[in-house]
Amino acid sequence: MNKRPVNKKIVASALAALTIAASQAALAARDHISIVGSSTVYPFTTTVAERFSRGTQFNTPVVESTGTGGGMKLFCQGVGENTPDITGASRRIKQSELDNCHKNGIDVVEVQVGFDGIAVANSKDAEQLSLSRKDLFLALAKQVPNPDGSETLVANPYKTWKDVNPALPAHKIEVLGPPPTSGTRDAFAELVMEHGCETIPMIAKMEKDKKKVVCQTLREDGAYVEAGENDNLIVNKLVADHNALGIFGFSYLDQNTDKIQGSKIDGESPTFESIADHSYPVSRPLFIYVKKSHVGVVPGMKQFLAEFTSERAWGEEGYLADKGMIPMPTAKRQQVLANVRKLNALSNLAQK
Amino acid sequence: MTDSNQSNGHSSVRERIEQGLARRHRKEKIFRGLGIASIAFGILVVALLFTDIISKGAGAFRQTAIELQITYDPAVLGIDKVDHESLTWANFTGVIRESLRARFPEVSGRSDKRELYSMVSSGAPFTLRDRLEANPELLGKTEQVWLAADDDVDTFVKSLDDSKEGFRGRTSEMMAGWIQQLLKSGELKRRFNTAFFTNGDSREPEQAGIRAALVGSLLTLLVTLVLSFPIGVAAAIYLEEYAPKNRWTDLIEVNINNLAAVPSIVFGLLGLAIFINFFELPRSAPLVGGLVLTLMTLPTIIISSRAALKAVPPSIREAAMGMGASRMQVVFHHVLPLAMPGMLTGAIIGMAQALGETAPLLMIGMVAFIVDVPGGVTDPATVLPVQIFLWADSPERAFVERTSAAIMVLLSFLIVMNASAVWLRKKLERRW
Repeated sequence: MNKRPVNKKIVASALAALTIAASQAALAARDHISIVGSSTVYPFTTTVAERFSRGTQFNTPVVESTGTGGGMKLFCQGVGENTPDITGASRRIKQSELDNCHKNGIDVVEVQVGFDGIAVANSKDAEQLSLSRKDLFLALAKQVPNPDGSETLVANPYKTWKDVNPALPAHKIEVLGPPPTSGTRDAFAELVMEHGCETIPMIAKMEKDKKKVVCQTLREDGAYVEAGENDNLIVNKLVADHNALGIFGFSYLDQNTDKIQGSKIDGESPTFESIADHSYPVSRPLFIYVKKSHVGVVPGMKQFLAEFTSERAWGEEGYLADKGMIPMPTAKRQQVLANVRKLNALSNLAQK
Repeated sequence: MTDSNQSNGHSSVRERIEQGLARRHRKEKIFRGLGIASIAFGILVVALLFTDIISKGAGAFRQTAIELQITYDPAVLGIDKVDHESLTWANFTGVIRESLRARFPEVSGRSDKRELYSMVSSGAPFTLRDRLEANPELLGKTEQVWLAADDDVDTFVKSLDDSKEGFRGRTSEMMAGWIQQLLKSGELKRRFNTAFFTNGDSREPEQAGIRAALVGSLLTLLVTLVLSFPIGVAAAIYLEEYAPKNRWTDLIEVNINNLAAVPSIVFGLLGLAIFINFFELPRSAPLVGGLVLTLMTLPTIIISSRAALKAVPPSIREAAMGMGASRMQVVFHHVLPLAMPGMLTGAIIGMAQALGETAPLLMIGMVAFIVDVPGGVTDPATVLPVQIFLWADSPERAFVERTSAAIMVLLSFLIVMNASAVWLRKKLERRW
């Protein structure tokens, strides 16, 4: 008969767990800022979050890395303590996302925080390539203009870089890059592929929708390898395979310059300076989007925004530049700052 | 083969059998050889994994630090007394810069000085703040303090092990010179990296630690254990001892087995829809993580508990019944104690599985940057495997070794858990 307490203990612990669960349903207001969004903006938001919590009495904001699209979905879900206050984006908000936000009663404040460069790089043991965006388009697009000169599209026949452009070495085309879910891929498609194919007259005069498909569809015959979201992995693969090129964010090139080198694009090497002055062509703006109605409700929102937009953070010698974010020009910073101070909401994308 | 067979002139049969015997022996040898080969391959892979992780991660347990002569000068600090309020605003950065300028008086010019200041971790002022808060009598005094170096310095110093030149990508000629000078005089050294065990996550590798993730993992597992073990055992007892065998219980059984094989991300989606969107529990909380992992581990626990109950010989039940025990007394006095070791083993294996999960936690917001160590099950938290994932994705060089070091910590937890499962089974198991 001495075994009975076992039974009671089990019941008691189950009850205890249920009580904990029940008491949480009536949780009081959230006391930390909740941030979601792009994995490209994540290193920068987290840096600011950390400095912010150390410099003030507020709790450290919780930053989730959900991807730009995933972040927008969560962000536009509604207003309230169970929805995020801020989302990071490695591209501008889409009209459809903004409409969704408006439908759910959310006023969105757009804050551009800086730029990010996208590097095309290979192993340091191989020779540095000098590519044009047209070369990259011809090497990576699924369909390209027929090399015989007739104005038709054919499945990409190019096997080596030399086939694409006689000035390039006769290495096999092998490019490791991010999968379609990635913001880096979107930016690469827009900034490199689209631009590269616009230089070809035959495609430039196509109608818009068809042109987009031709320009942005990457080949699937093994020349472009989707290497996953992890940029460090791509860096490691480049070291192992000297012929391969990789596509990733500038910060990863900056941290691994002993192993890999950035290819010149349209004659410019990817460096901090060349991205900042826009002579390096492949860079994209980074944004954070703020829920206006949460400012003043969730503790520390105003101060967090002030920290993010302070010179010591996003300035030319700020700590975000040290983390690999490329600062905006001074005039642009002042313009954004004025907008943040007034908390002007974004009504549609025409305004900038 | 007997002699009589031989004498009957069946030597050809014997020959054939002997031939066959040789073939059968050969087959057995090949089979054994294959078995040994596959185990050897397994061991080789595990050994490769461990050497790779340990060789990459061992460095993270030691962090480069700089010894500086720090003067807690009230004028520089801008305070006149030591209390929490004034220390928050005190200029400890100024104190460190003062000390660096005193050590390298020849450095002048804005950008050179900036470079000099960047040698010390941006977390160092907070180290000094905590020191002064703990020892208020230090105000106005001077002492030698070891402060963490910046991760670029750390990476450079560690890369000197592999090559004479070292990794110079983020270290200028001038900075490399200072580092060499400090290394020679013993003012720059690798010391045990306590921050790795006492801090939460940080963007600065030299300040990043696993404590927040570790506590988050423990809280999450606690919720999982408290919920899934009693529910799982109760379900198993009912299904095994009470439930009639009919179409419904068959259906339930098929479903439980099915759930055990459902990809874990599905449980995360379920958790998002039910616990967060419907019950409005907070995001990123170990409570929700524990609930989701409970759903995930329940099938494992139910299946192993049922197997443990089945392994108890029916004679024990019959004997107890024969002595006049009720159904419940039979179960709780006789069957359950005998089945407990098997159930515990199942539970521990389920927990070990839960400890390594990341996918379901992505949906409920536990894949997050957490600096503060969680104090309860509703504080925002993350878990060890998520911490590993986040570090593996970080551009900073110094995170590579921290990733491996965190894997080492996770692996040692898994080994402890699985070893205790084996030990419990050995200790409590009864044989008939």
